[in-house]
Amino acid sequence: MSLTAKDKKMVKAFWAKVSGKAEDIGCDALSRMLVVYPQTKTYFSHWKDLSPGSAPVRKHGGTIMGGISLAVASIDDISAGLLSLSELHAFQLRIDPANFKILSHNILVVLAVLFPNDFNPEAHVAMDKFLAAVGRALSEKYR
Amino acid sequence: MVQWTDFERATIQSVFEKMDYDDVGPAALSRCLVVYPWTQRYFGNFGNLYNAAAIQGNPMVAAHGKTVLHGLDRAVKNMDDIKATYAELSVLHSEKLRVDPDNFRLLADCLTIVVAARMGAAFTADVQGAFQKFLAVVVSSLGKQYH
Repeated sequence: MSLTAKDKKMVKAFWAKVSGKAEDIGCDALSRMLVVYPQTKTYFSHWKDLSPGSAPVRKHGGTIMGGISLAVASIDDISAGLLSLSELHAFQLRIDPANFKILSHNILVVLAVLFPNDFNPEAHVAMDKFLAAVGRALSEKYR
Repeated sequence: MVQWTDFERATIQSVFEKMDYDDVGPAALSRCLVVYPWTQRYFGNFGNLYNAAAIQGNPMVAAHGKTVLHGLDRAVKNMDDIKATYAELSVLHSEKLRVDPDNFRLLADCLTIVVAARMGAAFTADVQGAFQKFLAVVVSSLGKQYH
């Protein structure tokens, strides 16, 4: 299920529309993940405040969206573009790859909430495929 | 047996009471057929599913979307025993319709996205949690009689 030329075009166009709200998207997606999938909190025991919209959540949501932006810019070779992030996740963070799907789902929910008209089925399928490709690139060096 | 908090019970009743079934049902099913195109395998006799526009304009898809969404009514009314409520429907999907039960999860995800779009900011993280828990119980119950 690799990205077609149509998918890439859709992702770039959609991202151009929404990237102005990137920090809000990241903050809300991460907040939802921590509430709806409480097992994900195990990765953040070093944070003082895991509540929705807290300072560490907002900051980290922004960091994650930075990675997504990088992936959009590298959409023709996501693995190459995310190489150092991939190594970070494989050797230091070691986040179970199942969680990439969980976060991706929450990003899609936030896109639906914030952009109900633009996030139509065609944008949805392109973003879903794109986020899956990002997850695959991040887990590439795991084993 | 599934334990529901008062918040979860109230949230599920409220979300479904406010829902426009004629809008959400067709939107969820057509989104599923677009986002997960292999689900089209069950709708060979629905006519034109050639592209997203055709799917979203297809009257058979719309009608079936409403049917499926109304199928959730019984679970909303019987939250304390969804498994028993759906035993017959589970057998139907397994033996007659032969639907891979993973499809229930895919449709549930699309329904979540559609409801999120309709409710906007009112679809808070807590509401999302309750809604997804409800759908997870429904999905599990529909898969229970497969063997």
